[in-house]
Amino acid sequence: MTETTANGQPYLRIEGLWKAFGDFLALKDISLDIHDGEFVCFLGPSGCGKTTLLRAIAGLDLQTKGQVTQAKKDISDLPPSARDFGIVFQSYALFPNLTIKKNIAFGLENTGRSKPEVEARVTELLDLVGLPDQGAKYPAQLSGGQQQRIALARAIATNPGLLLLDEPLSALDAKVRVHLRHEIKELQRKLGVTTVMVTHDQEEALSMADRIVVMNHGVIEQVGSPTDVYREPATLFVADFIGEMNQIPATAGASGRVTVGTSEMICKPHDFGNNAPVIAAIRPEDVIPHGDGARSPGGEDVIATPENAFEVTVDEMEFLGSFWRCRLASERFGEEELIADFSINAVRRLELATNKTMIIELPEDRLMVFAPEDAR
Amino acid sequence: MTDATALPDGPVIKGRLSRDDVIMRLGMVVIAIYLVATMVLPLWAMLSKSFSTFKFDLSGYEIQVSDEAGSFEGTILTPAELNAELGVLELGDLDAGSDSRMGLTQFFPDFSFRSPVMYRVRNTTDAGRFLVGSELKTGTEWIELDSNTFRRVQMRPVKSTGLGNFVSYFSTPALFNSIKNSLMIAVISTVITVTLAFWFAYALNRSCMRFKGAFRLVAMAPILVPSLLPGIALVYLFGNQGMIKELLFGASIYGPIGIVIGSVFFTFPHAFIIISTALAISDARLYEAAVSLRSTPWRTFWTVTIPGARYGLISAAFVVFNLVITDFGLPKVIGGQFNVLAVDIYKQVIGQQNFEMGAVVSVVLVVPAILAFAIDRLVQSKQVALLSARSVPYQPTTNRKADNIFLGYCVLVAVFIVGMLAVCQFAALIKFWPYDLSFSLKNYEFDRMDGGGWGSYFNSIKLALLTAVIGTCVIFFGAYLVEKSNGFKTGRAIFQMFAMLPMAIPGMVLGLAYIFFFNNPANPLNFIYGTMAILVICTVTHFYTVSHLTAVTALKQMDREFESVSASLKQPTMKLFSRVTVPVCMPAILDISIYLFVNAMTTVSAVVFLYSPKTTLASIAVLNMDDAGDIAPAAAMGMMIFYTNAAARIIHLILSKGVLTRTQAWRTR
Ligand SMILES: Nc1ncnc2c1ncn2[C@@H]1O[C@H](COP(=O)(O)OP(=O)(O)OP(=O)(O)O)[C@@H](O)[C@H]1O
Ligand SMILES: [Mg+2]
Repeated sequence: MTETTANGQPYLRIEGLWKAFGDFLALKDISLDIHDGEFVCFLGPSGCGKTTLLRAIAGLDLQTKGQVTQAKKDISDLPPSARDFGIVFQSYALFPNLTIKKNIAFGLENTGRSKPEVEARVTELLDLVGLPDQGAKYPAQLSGGQQQRIALARAIATNPGLLLLDEPLSALDAKVRVHLRHEIKELQRKLGVTTVMVTHDQEEALSMADRIVVMNHGVIEQVGSPTDVYREPATLFVADFIGEMNQIPATAGASGRVTVGTSEMICKPHDFGNNAPVIAAIRPEDVIPHGDGARSPGGEDVIATPENAFEVTVDEMEFLGSFWRCRLASERFGEEELIADFSINAVRRLELATNKTMIIELPEDRLMVFAPEDAR
Repeated sequence: MTDATALPDGPVIKGRLSRDDVIMRLGMVVIAIYLVATMVLPLWAMLSKSFSTFKFDLSGYEIQVSDEAGSFEGTILTPAELNAELGVLELGDLDAGSDSRMGLTQFFPDFSFRSPVMYRVRNTTDAGRFLVGSELKTGTEWIELDSNTFRRVQMRPVKSTGLGNFVSYFSTPALFNSIKNSLMIAVISTVITVTLAFWFAYALNRSCMRFKGAFRLVAMAPILVPSLLPGIALVYLFGNQGMIKELLFGASIYGPIGIVIGSVFFTFPHAFIIISTALAISDARLYEAAVSLRSTPWRTFWTVTIPGARYGLISAAFVVFNLVITDFGLPKVIGGQFNVLAVDIYKQVIGQQNFEMGAVVSVVLVVPAILAFAIDRLVQSKQVALLSARSVPYQPTTNRKADNIFLGYCVLVAVFIVGMLAVCQFAALIKFWPYDLSFSLKNYEFDRMDGGGWGSYFNSIKLALLTAVIGTCVIFFGAYLVEKSNGFKTGRAIFQMFAMLPMAIPGMVLGLAYIFFFNNPANPLNFIYGTMAILVICTVTHFYTVSHLTAVTALKQMDREFESVSASLKQPTMKLFSRVTVPVCMPAILDISIYLFVNAMTTVSAVVFLYSPKTTLASIAVLNMDDAGDIAPAAAMGMMIFYTNAAARIIHLILSKGVLTRTQAWRTR
């Protein structure tokens, strides 16, 4: 993946973008660089402004303020027809009265291509999306997944520099969705086309994107690789929106210290002042279970950070196939319960059962501290 | 991550328009201008006419009389002074119409046109006007005339703006009584039609009786004939020589009874369609719930059926009310001495040439029409919301006794409808009711009657075809532009409003407005007056709204993103329009054309003011032949319209099927 175009400029640059619907601000000061050949996902809850941002990039709904630059050209005020992109909508918007072939050929006509050239290109595209012999059918005669691929073929037919996908998979059932995720990603890699996809499905974003842009209430919360946003969420919102996260009200200490309940623990460095109210957070799968003999040195089962280890009671256990989800109660948390995912192996080894007490450890490099949501 | 909460100052991005945007906006502006010129401006002309009053201003002129030798040394007189002295005219005599004129000699009791005395006349102000012969004189220069010419001097009235016309309207009982009459007829007809149509629709939707298809067909038949045709049938049935006039026990069919029966006939299909739709979409699950709660059929009817259909009922009521109160043909034929508003307009304008009063009655008629229209729109918007809810259609179950009752009822209604048409056809084919019942085609020799002969029939077909083709193009394209163009919000909202307006304007009012607007020599569009063009334009405008709504409904079902996709593929929007939008909407487009065709064939009210000897129409011929006493030929022509429309509907059906199978192969999987 090339990070930048020849002179170090990103392929698509969005600067200080605002969008107002009357008094309502759907996008607030969005700035973002997207590089050549990159696959970027806009991820966020419903109504956060993903589609609005995508449509601003396409010129379908112009932003109120701000600049969009594509391939070094300022396209901020251009109509869609003067921009360079292909787009696939959630509804696919296939022309119902035209055959698949004619749908794909729609954008190839009047472009200086001869009839045979258009034919050849259509055949090539049908092969590319794996539907070589469906060309004579009408859209309604294809399955949802097939229609989706035709919409994709139509969008890339003219080799646009930018491919925009607005929830392209959300109308499909789960199995087809997983399959197509993979196919779209493959196709994008093969073509090397810069792609922006909107989704509110975190799995989709995590599995497909080179970079994820997490949005909320019209602002970008975090931009990063899938592992970044999962492992190192920048805000409590991101931590909460992507994956599961335990959140425990706590008080900040010095950097790398946080007081949860009655005891101070070691956590990732932070810059909250002493005694600032914070949320301590840890993912369920990061909780380490320990057996009874853990404290004795020399054993296999070593507690790395004794400050972060304490005794809990297993309150509830739920078998979820590949792991056990346990609700753990502790005097330190008062009413709050901690959720932890333990491997089947660990449960068997430690003979865990409801109402049993055990020792767990919150690894210091996985224990994060965030400002409470409403304090921002 | 930023946490900004307020939009920074500075200019807002203004998008550059693509060529397509420009084309679409221009198109919308053109159609909007069309609507302004063919509706808004004429209505404005009519409104201002209703507020303009004319009066002779006797102090606006000065007259000097010479001695016999021709030298002017006498005093300068005004007609006002002369009148004060002589008392020739009362105050009311000075009220005038726009075309009135009044001579001056009446103020000179000794006037003789042979006298050698000379006269000098002038206006006292620059606004003053008088005629010498047919020559208009303005300005304050003295004009010298001999006695013989002075005889031909006529004052012209001065125009002013005010409520004068309305005052005289409301102080003339013969005129304002029509308001009461119109309202009464409309309310009674509405109650009867809606009741009849409800049970008819109920039978077709909720019973398992037989022949439903045939009944549906019969119920729609009245749409195919002009509203005055039932009037003619009623004359044959209950008129002075009526076949079954004894059934009226001496009451006269000419008047409210005839108008109500005829109104029920011609409004029945409109009410039936609306109520039938409302019943068809009501939710079966509610009935299942009612059954499981062991509700009696009677209670179910009142707690489930009626509330479910209430929007349909209300909407049907207002539509019928509007149709009846604005209808002109029927009361003209069967109303006798019973005056209603729509006929008053006609009488004022055609009979008495009192255009201002015609305009006043029009304004009076527009008020209830607009009210009914507004309420109907409100109700319809609620019904749409009902429709979108996911409901399960109701499946009626067999109930022999009830089914037979419903069948009997539907047969009665069908006999009423078919009977009216059959009477007309019968009357058209016999020599001379009631004296010579032998078969004859002489009533079809239209060329020997008043009304324009066969020429008017072919004119009507020409009008209907032109209206269907031109109207469909303009209306569908206009609807496409408002539905699918970007931005330009205010422009689109104004356009939508213009498109809705024609529905609220009664045909008589539109026709009269056209006279005021297009018959004005100062209007550059004056040249279309008296041509086929003005009839086409008027008819398209008259039936614009329903067609527009049909188009909008079809367009709304198209994916909103087609235009976006097309733009992203850098294809002109017009290519998308012709390759995708038009083919996909073809069923709606055909529906619009047939609607326009049928209405152009049957319309009377708007065009009655606008036809010329060269452009007489079949529906007008029915009216005029009836007026001239040629009732049988009128019935014959009315039935010609019926058969033409029936044929058009059949062609439309075949065409729709053909188009569906050819261009809409994609609809079937
Ligand atoms: N035309 C409009 N007029 C007014 N508000 C709008 C308009 N379009 C979008 N909004 C508002 O802007 C916000 C962002 O909308 P947007 O469609 O971008 O959300 P989204 O992130 O794509 O959500 P979803 O996942 O539901 O598609 C929403 O609160 C929406 O209500
Ligand atoms: Mg969206």
